[in-house]
Amino acid sequence: MKSLVEFLGQSLAEFPDQVSVEEVDKGYETVYQLYVAPEDMGRLIGKQGSIARAIRTIVKAAAIKSGAQVHVKINENQ
Amino acid sequence: MKFVEVAARTVDDAVAEALEQLGAELEQVEITVLEEGNKGLFGLIGSKQARVRVERKSNHEFKREAALEFLRELLKKMDIEARVAGASDEESVDLQIDGADLGILIGRRGQTLDSLQYITTLAVNRRGGEWIRIRLDIGDYRAKREETLRSLAQRLANKADRTGRRVALDPMNPAERRIVHRELQGFPGVKTQSEGKEPHRRVIIFPN
Repeated sequence: MKSLVEFLGQSLAEFPDQVSVEEVDKGYETVYQLYVAPEDMGRLIGKQGSIARAIRTIVKAAAIKSGAQVHVKINENQ
Repeated sequence: MKFVEVAARTVDDAVAEALEQLGAELEQVEITVLEEGNKGLFGLIGSKQARVRVERKSNHEFKREAALEFLRELLKKMDIEARVAGASDEESVDLQIDGADLGILIGRRGQTLDSLQYITTLAVNRRGGEWIRIRLDIGDYRAKREETLRSLAQRLANKADRTGRRVALDPMNPAERRIVHRELQGFPGVKTQSEGKEPHRRVIIFPN
């Protein structure tokens, strides 16, 4: 699942080498913190969040089989 | 399509030279080896140069292959077994997914399918070249959905006309709303209009 989030991030980013993913297990759900270059925030979020929404839809679909609750958050690299 | 023929000491050298002449990347070209080349004895007697023909793929061929590669990798990472095939022309790339877990890939009201299509379009067009439209279908979901939408549109238009009240459809994406609008163009006694903000935008059928 982590590699899926990473792959989506890298495929959309202008700076794929600055994409990283942190997996945080919260028990009731798993949160994937996707970090991208500040310049790439727009490319990952999109107008009114349209790209972020599509990323979440795909990751949630992939999690259906395992029955896991997943959540993707998109952050700027510091 | 542009191509060059280049001769050099080895096939690799010839390809590198050809790419430079075309100003292209390896993934944007098709390579035919015309002559393998032969170092000969001590690089002297009977040595023969390698020759290659390197052809630049057109924008849609390049994008079709990039899209196929992207989707296959994406499905693998989603742990879903499916086959992907593609066709393309100057205006669009059409991709088709077939396999076992199709329900998961389609999602509620085709939401996952739409997301896959959207992300593939972005990932492929990001690589430069003229922007091209990418259409994705899974099984025959879109064809069936269009049929459903058209009969639904007819039924609700009749209802609006009969009752004299407006009828609101479920939220739909732009492509699906277009199908409804088109179906009811020229339907006597009603007109259609979309209302609301994405992704909750919906078609409303108004009686005249």
